Amino acid sequence: MEGLTLSDAEQKYYSDLFSYCDIESTKKVVVNGRVLELFRAAQLPNDVVLQIMELCGATRLGYFGRSQFYIALKLVAVAQSGFPLRVESINTVKDLPLPRFVASKNEQEPRPAASYSSDSENQGSYSGGVIPPPPGRGQVKKGSVSHDAVQPRPSADQQEPASPVVSPQQSPPTSPHTWRKHNRHPSGGNGERPLAGPGPFWSPFADSQSGSAAGDAVWAGHSPPPPQENWVSFADTPPTSTLLSMHPASVQDQTTVRTVASATTANEIRRQSSSYDDPWKITDEQRQYYVNQFKTIQPDLNGFIPGSAAKEFFTKSKLPILELSHIWELSDFDKDGALTLDEFCAAFHLVVARKNGYDLPEKLPESLMPKLIDLEDSADVGDQPGEVGYSGSPAEAPPSKSPSMPSLNQTWPELNQSSEDTAIVHPVPIRMTPSKIHMQEMELKRTGSDLTNPTSPLLVKPPDLSEENKINSSVKFPSGNTVADGYSSSDSFTSDPEQIGSSVTRQRSHSGTSPDNTAPPPPPPRPQPSHSRSSSLDMNRTFAVTTGQQQAGVVAHPPAVPPRPQPSQAPGPSVHRPVDADGLITHTSTSPQQIPEQPNFADFSQFEVFAASNVTEEQDGDAEKHPEVLLVEKASDPASSLRVAKTDSKIEDKTAASAPANMSKGTTPLAPPPKPVRRRLKSEDELRPDVDEHTQKTGVLAAVLASQPSIPRSVGKDKKAIQASIRRNKETNTVLARLNSELQQQLKDVLEERISLEVQLEQLRPFSHL
Amino acid sequence: MAVCIAVIAKENYPLYIRSTPSENELKFHYMVHTSLDVVDEKISAMGKALVDQRELYLGLLYPTEDYKVYGYVTNSKVKFVMVVDSSNTALRDNEIRSMFRKLHNSYTDVMCNPFYNPGDRIQSRAFDNMVTSMMIQVC
Repeated sequence: MEGLTLSDAEQKYYSDLFSYCDIESTKKVVVNGRVLELFRAAQLPNDVVLQIMELCGATRLGYFGRSQFYIALKLVAVAQSGFPLRVESINTVKDLPLPRFVASKNEQEPRPAASYSSDSENQGSYSGGVIPPPPGRGQVKKGSVSHDAVQPRPSADQQEPASPVVSPQQSPPTSPHTWRKHNRHPSGGNGERPLAGPGPFWSPFADSQSGSAAGDAVWAGHSPPPPQENWVSFADTPPTSTLLSMHPASVQDQTTVRTVASATTANEIRRQSSSYDDPWKITDEQRQYYVNQFKTIQPDLNGFIPGSAAKEFFTKSKLPILELSHIWELSDFDKDGALTLDEFCAAFHLVVARKNGYDLPEKLPESLMPKLIDLEDSADVGDQPGEVGYSGSPAEAPPSKSPSMPSLNQTWPELNQSSEDTAIVHPVPIRMTPSKIHMQEMELKRTGSDLTNPTSPLLVKPPDLSEENKINSSVKFPSGNTVADGYSSSDSFTSDPEQIGSSVTRQRSHSGTSPDNTAPPPPPPRPQPSHSRSSSLDMNRTFAVTTGQQQAGVVAHPPAVPPRPQPSQAPGPSVHRPVDADGLITHTSTSPQQIPEQPNFADFSQFEVFAASNVTEEQDGDAEKHPEVLLVEKASDPASSLRVAKTDSKIEDKTAASAPANMSKGTTPLAPPPKPVRRRLKSEDELRPDVDEHTQKTGVLAAVLASQPSIPRSVGKDKKAIQASIRRNKETNTVLARLNSELQQQLKDVLEERISLEVQLEQLRPFSHL
Repeated sequence: MAVCIAVIAKENYPLYIRSTPSENELKFHYMVHTSLDVVDEKISAMGKALVDQRELYLGLLYPTEDYKVYGYVTNSKVKFVMVVDSSNTALRDNEIRSMFRKLHNSYTDVMCNPFYNPGDRIQSRAFDNMVTSMMIQVC
């Protein structure tokens, strides 16, 4: 065989054709079948084809090597030009036009007019674009390069179910690589020619539906086995065409729809890829279809499809599990085991692409990356507080590997505000970093709307806040808080921390009425009622009490005050005794304001006044006890009015210890905040029994204030009463001490939880960049 | 820089094992296999305590003259075994821990994939890539 000299254009053209035929990417030998098809497309008589083959030596060799192929092509050109086929002619014929391969069937697949209007480059680039970046196999969508597709074709997918169906099953004429080459070197007419050549080249393939079987076989060799084609091979089943036609409407049969969808989406993919820049872009139609499919699984577009549902759905596509697994890996952006709408669309798109022969990319294409979710829109906003806590919990929880999701942006600021409002500056670990947000979002998904996640550091914060608030406001509570008061005060805790102040004041207002001087200050406002700790505090119950009752209830609730021994003189002990319900410490007497009010003591409504007034009394010694007691009280069951009373009495006891005569004062002298409460309680206590003795009390109180150390208690019969009250106070004391320790323990636990969560967060954070 | 990384299932069969090809892979397989005994020993040692309290990182399982073997076990009794070159003295415990953590995270991702059946061999490309990155780290 003589050497073959080829012009540049011929060289290019031939190499492209060779690549096209070189399905197996051997670069050496082309498949006979393909070559034959090619020759058939040349519209040469069969004998001529045979002759050509013989001449080029393929029949002798049994295969088409590159040189044979080139020679054959040249001979085709010769034959087409009408020259007799001679071996010599390959070199002698001058100005031989390039071999033309006519496509008998024009349409390959519907193409949007725009993309193909004029630019053959588009076509070429389309084919190039159609082929995903790794053209591992030389498989390109056949339809991509239909020369005739240049003419804008109406979206006739439905009219020609076969063609789009077939196209995916046939390898493209050349590798995208070569096609791109083609387009890039359009050398004038030759540039057009090559395109024109391969163009019609492919149309024969279009109509060779039966040939699709061969194509299928070829394709199948490289791609998933036939079962896949069942999914896509609409040509095989006439019903599929109808299905295609009813594509927009058919929904009943999931698989059918999917096949239909795949056809259309495949077309759309091809159409879309004509943009060349982005073969993975999803068209609107595709997207709409994906969205509809998403809705069939998950009606809420902002929700998630769980992994199991997605698995079933995508398994129907009959792709091998390994590939589906890879698709999942690519599309589950945040690695949470669930698919959002965007992730689902990406996955679906990848599945469709895969079904149509595109290789799966190693990385998710940018156009398929799910958009960041705006949490504001989603119902998951509520989850966010709980999420941070979970970020640490699943040590396996994939750290935020994917780019940040702004999803949690909104919730973070909210938390910030709430914490700030309380004016308690906690080192809230709120970050706006993507990793954090991502993790939050992950948690959001993972935990669902679990606002009550007790492990959330965010949740922990409020308790801390509340703890502080509790402490700060606790002082206010004990004042004459009855059980009801306890409830009411607890109400304040239930509300946002920022309302604590107001609630506290509210409580103060009726705290005076509470006979329970030691009404347990409501536990710190715990935002999550489910919090293990908070539940133990029974504050939930207390919260249930309406605030409205505070006023009246407080008045109504105070347990009956045991008859007060004539405490007038010894406001302390006597006051303490009636600590129960009326455990109001009347020894607010120290405050001049209270004195005048004492006459009104009986009228609980006056306590509000008391609440405002007290505070003057202070006994340092009790200051510490009060907070303790308050804390304990807060933790205690609000129903423990008795405890409150005991607290009061205990406090009073303490005060008594320090200043026996200063019972009333004893309660108040504690930290200023408790003071008013105390005072109120005490004043109540004292006022009650001392309605008649208020004068004495005031005197006593004043005396107490003046000289806390020792106030001569009631003499004589009072002693017994005092002793009784002392005993009671001691009991209260122990109870409160116990409560205190419990609360302390709870506090420690909560803090530990918080610390551990923070540590976990710390651990996870670095991995956000892994 | 690990020379061999293996993921062993709860039932002590390998889910994933990969070693640097230059070495005799069989040797590494054997080392991993023998290390399982050590792992079980360590697990049972703290078995009395709550599982939660048991630390996931087991530390150096046993050293040989050429290699050191580190172990890590998850709460679901999936074990990660890593063989590192003894000559690589720069490798600190923290680094080993972080490598195990990365392994654990990648393993979790594999688990999250609904198409992965627990007990199957791990064929995730992402996991492969991560392991590769760990194995070709420059020491």
